[in-house]
Amino acid sequence: MSSASPTTQDTLPRHLDDVEVSRLRADFPILGRSVNGVPLTYLDSGATSQKPSCVYEAEQHFYENFNAAVHRGAHSLAVEATDVFEQARTDVAGFIGAKDNEVIWTSNATEALNLITYSFGNASAGLGGEAARAFALGAGDEIVVTELEHHANLIPWQELALRTGAALKYIPVDESGALRMDLAGKIITPATKVLAFTHVSNVLGTVTDVPALVALARNVGALTVLDGCQSVPHLPVDVKKLDVDFMAFSGHKMLGPTGIGGLYGRAGLLDAMPPFLTGGSMITSVTMEKAEYLPAPMRFEAGTQRISQAHALATAVSYLQEVGMDRIAAWEELLGERMLTGLGAIPGVRVLGPDRGAARIGTAPFVVEGVHPHDVGQFLDSRGVAVRVGHHCAQPLHRALGVVSSTRASTYLYNTTSDIDRLLNAVSDVRGYFGVGK
Amino acid sequence: MSDLDQLYQQIILDHAKARHGAGLVEAPEGVASGESMQHNPVCGDHIRLRIQLEGSTVKNVSWEGDGCSISMASASVLSEMAEGIERDEFMVILDEFRELMRSRGSRAGDEEVLGDGAAFAGVSKFPARVKCAMLSWVAAEAALLAANG
Repeated sequence: MSSASPTTQDTLPRHLDDVEVSRLRADFPILGRSVNGVPLTYLDSGATSQKPSCVYEAEQHFYENFNAAVHRGAHSLAVEATDVFEQARTDVAGFIGAKDNEVIWTSNATEALNLITYSFGNASAGLGGEAARAFALGAGDEIVVTELEHHANLIPWQELALRTGAALKYIPVDESGALRMDLAGKIITPATKVLAFTHVSNVLGTVTDVPALVALARNVGALTVLDGCQSVPHLPVDVKKLDVDFMAFSGHKMLGPTGIGGLYGRAGLLDAMPPFLTGGSMITSVTMEKAEYLPAPMRFEAGTQRISQAHALATAVSYLQEVGMDRIAAWEELLGERMLTGLGAIPGVRVLGPDRGAARIGTAPFVVEGVHPHDVGQFLDSRGVAVRVGHHCAQPLHRALGVVSSTRASTYLYNTTSDIDRLLNAVSDVRGYFGVGK
Repeated sequence: MSDLDQLYQQIILDHAKARHGAGLVEAPEGVASGESMQHNPVCGDHIRLRIQLEGSTVKNVSWEGDGCSISMASASVLSEMAEGIERDEFMVILDEFRELMRSRGSRAGDEEVLGDGAAFAGVSKFPARVKCAMLSWVAAEAALLAANG
């Protein structure tokens, strides 16, 4: 749940509205610019969010006042920089319901997922001693993912399977893109060592049934890895309530800067895992032959860290908490409904994804019959509407839906109902422009 | 004309529908042929293009693929132009087309050399779409090499 104070939650409307959002938009200067001579309508937050000025000012503030290497050096700046850096960790950990030592900084969610798979790979190669045996994979073991996954939560597991001889299996989707939960219980077996799955599909915006999947994994003693890239920015997320073992998330999709993301892991697990990247700042003692490693999080943070980015991400988190994650989620649900309903009513437009009623964030994937998504996106851009086109790094899911690519509009807290209406108006004109459907 | 209208000239939209050369054609006995598969990793679009060579003359260009109007129209224009011309002549056109695509809107297409391909001049103002226009030409270049092999 959001950690915004209960009193704030009680006195404010349940969700944002256009008036409040208009005030928030003043914090995002980029939203005031024009493209192609028309005002920008930014509906590509699923790819990356825009940032409020306080976030990049926080980076500047850090460089103007505290810049120094952290966790080394005894001078005042080094101490203050370390405090800023670790306070950021505390703030971001609190935001997702984790303890301080359970959040590792990474460059992005992709690196977080690779950290897990390479660490497990190292354990499989015998590194990390007895404690790491629990993460070792080999022939006869299974890794299970889903057909919904972004390539970042698929390819690292493919590679790990290839390195270790473990088998990679997946829970398929039906033709609408809904996860085949009826098959999940058969696909997850006692041989399953890891279940990795997304919290929210980056293409469809649908929310997966985390409790059901976690229960299936627990039954067979498998570790659970959640891809939180599309959930942490948009929904209240509490890793302890979700009861997952690991969760990757991305800073730049949640108002933070690029170059930083995070990995949550249960403390007991992280401390037993062999490191991925090795080098300075992650050791207790080093000889010419070998090294001993610190516990998490520093065990996984070799080299000079992303200090200003961590500070800026904490600032982003504080901004989100002040608005309230519950209220953001409720607003985006309304915007999402407006998009899905509106798009579905436009002749020749097919909205992808399960039938209405499935839990979804403010994300609307669609195809315009007879017009390629690339051309759709180009036309929308001429109207100032920024959306994502392509396979959205989810080729297998697109294949399962029977398309090569799609157009995806995705919202965030700074979008208004007028943004949605400008999208709908522009999409209505696409087929006419390309001479299709006459 | 707006940038968008320059990008989507009628001639391009027409070719995107007509799709000359669409449908792979088997080379007859004794005719050399080469093939190439190209992907646009951004959108997952792809084209498989086959060229039949009789001596140094391009006898037939055929292809199958899935893509945006720019990539489909480009493949159509290429197929129509290449048929019956000398290999070296085709390479001159290809170089001219590539230069046009790299021009970021600074060149007008030379209709003398490019024929319908000159209509793609507007594409060069959209760097994200140049790859779409080049997809079939890159495939043709590789297919010619394969046919010579």
